[in-house]
Amino acid sequence: MSDEIDSTAASDAASPDASAAAKPVSRRAALKVLGTVPVAGALIGTAAFAQQGTPTQQSPQLPKQTHETTSPPAEGTGKNPPKNQQKPAFFTAAELRTVGVLADDIIPRDGRSGSATDAGVPAFIDFQMSVPETSDDLRVAMRGGLAWLNTESRTRFKKNYASLTADQRHQILDDIAWPDKVKPGFSQGTAFFSRFRDFVGAGFFSSAMGWKDLQYQGNVFNPNWQGCPPEAMQKLGVSFALMDSRIPPDQPTG
Amino acid sequence: MLARRQAPYDVCIVGSGAGGGMAAYALTRAGARVVMLEAGPAWYASKNSQMLTPAYATPRRGRATHTRPFGEFDACDGGWEIDGEPYTRAGNTRFDWWRGRMLGGRTNHWGRISLRFGPEDFRGKTRDGLGDDWPIGYQDLAPFYDQVDDLIGVFGSKEGIHNEPDGKFLPPPKPRCYELLVKKASDNLKITCIPARLSILTQPKPGRQACHYCGQCNRGCQVKANFSSPDVLIAPALETGRLTLLTNSMAREVTIGPDGLATGVQYIDKETGEDRHVAAKIVVLAASAFESARLLLNSKSSMFPQGLANSSGVVGKYITDTTGSDVSGFIPSMIDHIPHNEDGVGGMHLYMPWWLDNKKLDFPRGYHIEVGGGLYPPGYGFMGGIQRFPGRGGYGAKLKEDYRRYYGATIGFSGRGEQIPNDKCYTEIDPNVVDKFGIPVLRFHWEWTDNELNQVKHMQETFRALIHEMGGTPFSAMPTKEQGYGIAAGGRIIHELGGVRMGNDPKSSALNRNCQAHDVKNLFVADGGPFVTQANKNPTWTILALSWRTADYIAQQRKAGAL
Repeated sequence: MSDEIDSTAASDAASPDASAAAKPVSRRAALKVLGTVPVAGALIGTAAFAQQGTPTQQSPQLPKQTHETTSPPAEGTGKNPPKNQQKPAFFTAAELRTVGVLADDIIPRDGRSGSATDAGVPAFIDFQMSVPETSDDLRVAMRGGLAWLNTESRTRFKKNYASLTADQRHQILDDIAWPDKVKPGFSQGTAFFSRFRDFVGAGFFSSAMGWKDLQYQGNVFNPNWQGCPPEAMQKLGVSFALMDSRIPPDQPTG
Repeated sequence: MLARRQAPYDVCIVGSGAGGGMAAYALTRAGARVVMLEAGPAWYASKNSQMLTPAYATPRRGRATHTRPFGEFDACDGGWEIDGEPYTRAGNTRFDWWRGRMLGGRTNHWGRISLRFGPEDFRGKTRDGLGDDWPIGYQDLAPFYDQVDDLIGVFGSKEGIHNEPDGKFLPPPKPRCYELLVKKASDNLKITCIPARLSILTQPKPGRQACHYCGQCNRGCQVKANFSSPDVLIAPALETGRLTLLTNSMAREVTIGPDGLATGVQYIDKETGEDRHVAAKIVVLAASAFESARLLLNSKSSMFPQGLANSSGVVGKYITDTTGSDVSGFIPSMIDHIPHNEDGVGGMHLYMPWWLDNKKLDFPRGYHIEVGGGLYPPGYGFMGGIQRFPGRGGYGAKLKEDYRRYYGATIGFSGRGEQIPNDKCYTEIDPNVVDKFGIPVLRFHWEWTDNELNQVKHMQETFRALIHEMGGTPFSAMPTKEQGYGIAAGGRIIHELGGVRMGNDPKSSALNRNCQAHDVKNLFVADGGPFVTQANKNPTWTILALSWRTADYIAQQRKAGAL
C-alpha cells in the first residue's frame, strides 16, 4: 500500500488519537472529512491510485456508483428531508413536536456532535412509521405511547410533554428509561420508551452525523486489509500469533 | 412476438444460480447450443450492486423491504413470501421456502461460505446407519472441486483435516480483533478454529479484481471480487455466443415425446403473459432443489402419472435443510474499542469446523460455527435494545456516550448443522392451490427429530460457553426443549437439499450417479435436488462441483452419440 494512500484525509480519519475524539467538531470540519471519504468514485483520477497495482493487475478500478449522491448529503439536501420543510407522512404536527423534544432528551447535542433533531431523527421515525413493513400494531404503539407520555405529563405537571421544563421531563423519563427498575403503573410507558429509544439511536447513528460521531471508518475502498490493528490487539491482549496454533478435531480419520 | 421456428437447442437449462450457471459455463465451452430459462429479470452485481452506498443515502437506512428481506441494499429480489407465488404447509408444519427471482438467484446475496464436503459426508449410512450413502464419493468430485477452486476462487488455509478437504486456496485475510478473541476462547475450550473458506478473491483473477474489504458481499460485488453466477459463469457463457438467455421466463412443465424422452420446457413469458415452448434435446433442471422437484411433479403424463422421472416415487422426498441456531452476547473487554475500519470481507475470517466425535454425544452428525460481531456499519436497527447490556438504559448525555462506548462490544455465533432425512419431511403438489401463473404449488410437511434438537442444544451450550470464556454474557436465556432449543424453522437457513435424490437403485432414487434421471436419459438435475444428504457444511461448492461433473458427462455422452 503506497504511503500516498495513507496520507489522504480518509486515512487520517482511520486512526484518530484519543484526544481527537474529545475535540469539538465543527459542522464544516465534519462535512470536509466526510466529503473526502472515498465512497465510490470520489478519488478517481488521483495520483495515489494511479500508482496502485501489482504487476499482474491493472490499477484497481474504483467501483462505479449506482446511487445518486457522491458524498453524504449535507443537511438540507439529498434524500433526508430538511427538518422543517417536509410534510410528515405519519405524525401530526403536535406529535412531531413531541417526538423532537423527546428525541433530543434521549440524544442531546454535546461537544462531539449535534442532537437527534440536528441529525434528522424525527423525519426518520416519521418515515419508518409510514412504510408498509411497519405493522399497524407498531403504529398504534407509537401513537399511543406518545399519548401516554402526554397523559403522564399532564397528570404530574398539567402540561403536555413538549411544554414541560427539562427538569420535569427528566422526572418522567427517570421512571420509564430503566426496564430493570420499573415501578408499578409504568410498565407500558417503559415498553414504549425502550422502543422509542431504539428508533432514536438507530436514526441518529445511521445518519452522516452519527457515522462521524462513532468514528465508523468502513464503507470504503480498502484494498490493504491488515486485520486487527496493533494497538487494538494490545488492548485486548491478543495477537496474530494465536493463529499459529491449532486444536486438532477429535474426529475419526476415516 | 411469435417465436421463430428453429432447430431445438442442444440443452435447455432451467435456473441460473450456482448449478444452472455452472452447467451453462461448462456446456457452452464444450460446444453445446444452450438456452437458459430464468424466472426473474437480468441482474449483474457488476452493474446493479449497491455496494458502498452508505446507510444515510436513503431514509430507510438499509431496512428490509417486502422483496428484499435481508435489507434494501442486499442483492436479493425474492424471499420467503412472493406475491402471487404461494406455497402451503400441512398441519402444524413450520417451514418457510425461499425463492430468488433474479438472474443468479441466491448466488447474488449468499454468504460465500465455500466448503467441500468431506469423504465421510458421502458415506453417512456406512458410518452410523442413518440416512443413505451417496452413489458417489469424495474422489468422484475431487477433480471438479479443484476446477471450481481454480475458476471461481476461494480463500482458505491448508489444514490437513480429513473430513475438511483442503482446496486450492487463495491466502486468507488476517483476523479481526474480535475474531482473535474467539480463537483464544476456542483454544481454551479445545474447539478447532481455523481460517474461513469463502469464495472471495484475495488475489485477482482474469477480469476480476481482488477484494477491497468493504464487507458488503451480500450486496453483490461491482468489481467481481466475490462469486455470483451472472458475472462469473453466465457472462463468460454468453461470450461464447452459444448461450441464449431468456429472463422473466417461468418454467411450467418439462415436455416429453412419445418415446418418453424430454423434448423441451413449457414456460410463461412474464412480460407478455404468453405460454411458450422451447425445444431442446437435453433438459437440465437447476431451478433450486424444490422448484426442480415441483417441475417434475407437475410434468404428469400417462407415461409418468406420478410426475416425470418419478417412477420411484421419491421426488419430493428425503428433503432437508441445515439446522441453525444463534447466540450473541456482550463482551466487556470490547467496550471502548479503538476506532478502525473493521469491515473486512463480507463474512467471517475464521470459523470452527465440526470438531467432535459423535460416538461421545447424544446426536449424530455435526455442525460448524460461524462468527460475527464487532463494528457493524450503523444502519436501521443499530444497537437496538441497549438496555440489554448490563446496567445500561436511560437517556441523555450518558446514553449517547454509552452508545459510543458499547458499539462493537458484541459477538455472535451461528451453528449450521446436518439434518438426517426423515419421512416426516417431504413436499408434494398441493391438490387445491395454484400460483398466479396457474402452476400447482408445493405443500410442505416438516418436523425436526431429536437428532436435530439435541444437536442444536449442543450448539447453544457451546456458544454460551464461548461467550462465558470471553468474559461475556449472552443476550438471551438458554432456550428450552419446548422452544426447540432455538432451532430455526425449516427453510430459514436456505440450504434446502434433496427432493430429486441420486442413487444406484431406480426404485429408491430419481437420478443415477451422473445426476441423470433413471427414467428419462436426456433429463438431468444440477441444483441441490440430487443431494442424498446434508453435511455439516454449506452446499454451494458441492452444487458447483456436481453440476460441472454432470455437464462433463452430458458433453461426453453427446460426443459419443448417446445423447
